[in-house]
Amino acid sequence: THQMACQGLQGGETVASLKRESESLRKKLEEERKKLSDIELNQVAEKIEVLGPLSIKTRRVLKGHGNKVLCMDWCKDKRRLVSSSQDGKVIVWDAFTLNKEHGVALPCTWVMACAYAPSGCAVACGGLDNKCSVFPLSLDKNENLSAKKKSVAMHTNYVSGCTFTSSDMQILTSSGDGTCALWDVESGQLLQSFHGHTADVLSLDLAPSETGNTFVSGGCDKKANIWDMRSGQNIQSFESHESDINCVKYYPSGDAFASASDDATCRFYDLRADREVAVYQKDSVIFGASTVDFSLSGRLLFAGYNDYTINVWDVLKGTRASILFGHENRVSRVRVSPDGTALCSASWDNTLRVSWAAYL
Amino acid sequence: MAEGSRDQGGVGTTDPEEDSPNMIVYRKIEDIVTRIQDEKAGGVAIRTVKSFLSKIPSVVSGADIVQWLMKNLFIEDPAEAIHLGSLIAAHGYIFPISDHVLTLKDDGTLYRFQSPYFWPSNCWEPENTDYAIYLCKRTMQNKARLELADYEAENLARLQRAFARKWEFIFMQAEAQVKIDRKKDKAERKILDSQERAFWDVHRPVPGCVNTTEMDIRKCRRERNPHRVKKSVYGVPDDGQSQPSPVHISSQPTRKATKEDVQKEITFLNIQLDRHCMKVSKVADSLMSYTDQFVEYDPFVSATEPSNPWISDDTSFWDLEGSRDPSQQRVKKWGFSLEEALKDPAGRDQFLKFLESEFSSENLRFWLAVQDLKRRPLQEVSSRAQEIWQEFLAEGAPSSINLDSHSYERTSQNLKDPARYSYEDAQEHIFKLMKSDSYARFLRSNIYQDLLLARKKVSLFPFYILLHPFWRRIVLFTPQH
Repeated sequence: THQMACQGLQGGETVASLKRESESLRKKLEEERKKLSDIELNQVAEKIEVLGPLSIKTRRVLKGHGNKVLCMDWCKDKRRLVSSSQDGKVIVWDAFTLNKEHGVALPCTWVMACAYAPSGCAVACGGLDNKCSVFPLSLDKNENLSAKKKSVAMHTNYVSGCTFTSSDMQILTSSGDGTCALWDVESGQLLQSFHGHTADVLSLDLAPSETGNTFVSGGCDKKANIWDMRSGQNIQSFESHESDINCVKYYPSGDAFASASDDATCRFYDLRADREVAVYQKDSVIFGASTVDFSLSGRLLFAGYNDYTINVWDVLKGTRASILFGHENRVSRVRVSPDGTALCSASWDNTLRVSWAAYL
Repeated sequence: MAEGSRDQGGVGTTDPEEDSPNMIVYRKIEDIVTRIQDEKAGGVAIRTVKSFLSKIPSVVSGADIVQWLMKNLFIEDPAEAIHLGSLIAAHGYIFPISDHVLTLKDDGTLYRFQSPYFWPSNCWEPENTDYAIYLCKRTMQNKARLELADYEAENLARLQRAFARKWEFIFMQAEAQVKIDRKKDKAERKILDSQERAFWDVHRPVPGCVNTTEMDIRKCRRERNPHRVKKSVYGVPDDGQSQPSPVHISSQPTRKATKEDVQKEITFLNIQLDRHCMKVSKVADSLMSYTDQFVEYDPFVSATEPSNPWISDDTSFWDLEGSRDPSQQRVKKWGFSLEEALKDPAGRDQFLKFLESEFSSENLRFWLAVQDLKRRPLQEVSSRAQEIWQEFLAEGAPSSINLDSHSYERTSQNLKDPARYSYEDAQEHIFKLMKSDSYARFLRSNIYQDLLLARKKVSLFPFYILLHPFWRRIVLFTPQH
């Protein structure tokens, strides 16, 4: 049948017959993958120790946005962060001292994406303006940041996510136009575009490898795709969610990633097994999950939900380790700081909160 | 076959009515409230409660709802059940009979269930004219329980100003509604009035309360009612002057799947079938051992040394991590993999130092140069790529590296049109070489072992001076870094 499938590519087949072929290949792939599913991750993880009781404190609340906070990103210095809001404002904070260090007002509302440059000297942001712009951060607090704005990415629909690559020189964006794109910051040139999603792309994350050139994206077509940055090719694809994927994030080793979806579950996919290896869900969790991030070792998965809570999942055992209350509206973004010492959560309640583990 | 379900018109074939994110939640909540109300199937008892001289029909206590949620949704902590119950209230499915604020309390506070007519899944987006009619008719009724709250009175005043010209019309509509209401049975009216009020508490919430009807703008275009055709709560015909919903992003017309699309799918699937994959048991072991290795570095699981700056307000932990003088714990990480060693600038430095001592640093320097190339702005890529060729690969190159002939050929081909990824093959080859050869030797080297075991060499002094008794005494009393 494999041979028959290849023969089918020649000649004047109808779309319908090609679709039948595609379906049978899909079924075959499903069977092949199932054979490798010899045991569940949480069963293997039974032999490791249960985590001690997790006590997480929230002792810093960043107030200053006038409307929903949609996105945030940590600086590599582990204490500064950038956040963006529905009211068009982008703020750079020293979260350690609660000081606001920079502020920019964008001409558009719903700034859904923001990112801190690796050097710490610039930030990128974008949203309903369909663009992603880069602002160098000046040491002069009085300087008008808007003046130095550099328009880099141009999509044909909203920009849902952006990240710098390993330098300040390239940014990667995801968009409601169904594509992702890699851009040269200096020239604004499109270096590579990534086509394959069949609906809005809502999130992306770069593989944490020093040597790798891949990233993962997730979107409203319920798919999570792995891309090769060099060729633009879609390397792997995962489809097991029942609704939009709002966020994707790599496990720290780069061999796996997690996703958050409107189907109220978070899932864990391993790239080497090419399948989903865990589902994080509970009967009492019925609202969509909007954002996820791992703790430094990958043992914990922090997930923010539309029910205003953050559930902390034991990645390997599949159980919930803790639940954080505090936000008064949807949680739009959670991010663990670069050295794993803190968790920042951004919310529709106009605030950002910084939390960490207290040792008992 | 599967054709039927997949094929409804093209690329992106979800049925917009059923799959929108809000609908998914509403269906789940509706399932819950239906079950709660089903007394025969383990639901709560909905009763009429006597109060002073009157009866309160069709109510349930907050505590009963919390108990039900805990039992039927397997919730251990009452706080969680209260939180979920409050959300169900905030979305308008249950409401306290004597309060505009939609939260759930775990006590004797009385609650009622919302009528399916008013459920959010019906995509209500009531206009201000409807709200004006509602507030207006409330003022026409003499019951104490229907008195306007302060914020409602303020809203009414604002609406009177805004609709000054059509107030007569609104007044008439309100009168008509009052007439209709009077015809109903007393108990029924109590229930309907409260449900109507709860509806407005969702769509015109008390100031300071969350407006749960707010939408995530990215999801709007797939809503059931994308053009936001407004239907009136009170059957008032749309006079065409209503504001179009500001929340409307032009949606993409879904393309029909072309032959090329499906052929691409087929190619992709064949590639996946050829991929060699690992068993879940094996990847599970790998994930567990990775996490196990790093758990001691994870501040959410293990206490940090020195203390977590966020806890103690003391940044020593960060100062230490940033220093080029690494702690033992940090040095230990370099031994996990070559990747970890190269991730840390101090690790990179030490590895380079070791290679220099062996006169074999060109591999690492090549690898670092290629990393740098990939980070350059587009403009500089071509010239930098040429420089790398001259330094490492050209004939007679000063830092000549050893590539297998295949990689060499590929790379020199690439260099005809130098680009960011021209050296990918070469870099991969060199990385593997370092990993299997020099990295292992590095871990066994004195340079590494001394750091790992914190064997301090006082490199500032010529070593022999320390042998002098005078200096020995000083060294003994110097605090360890």
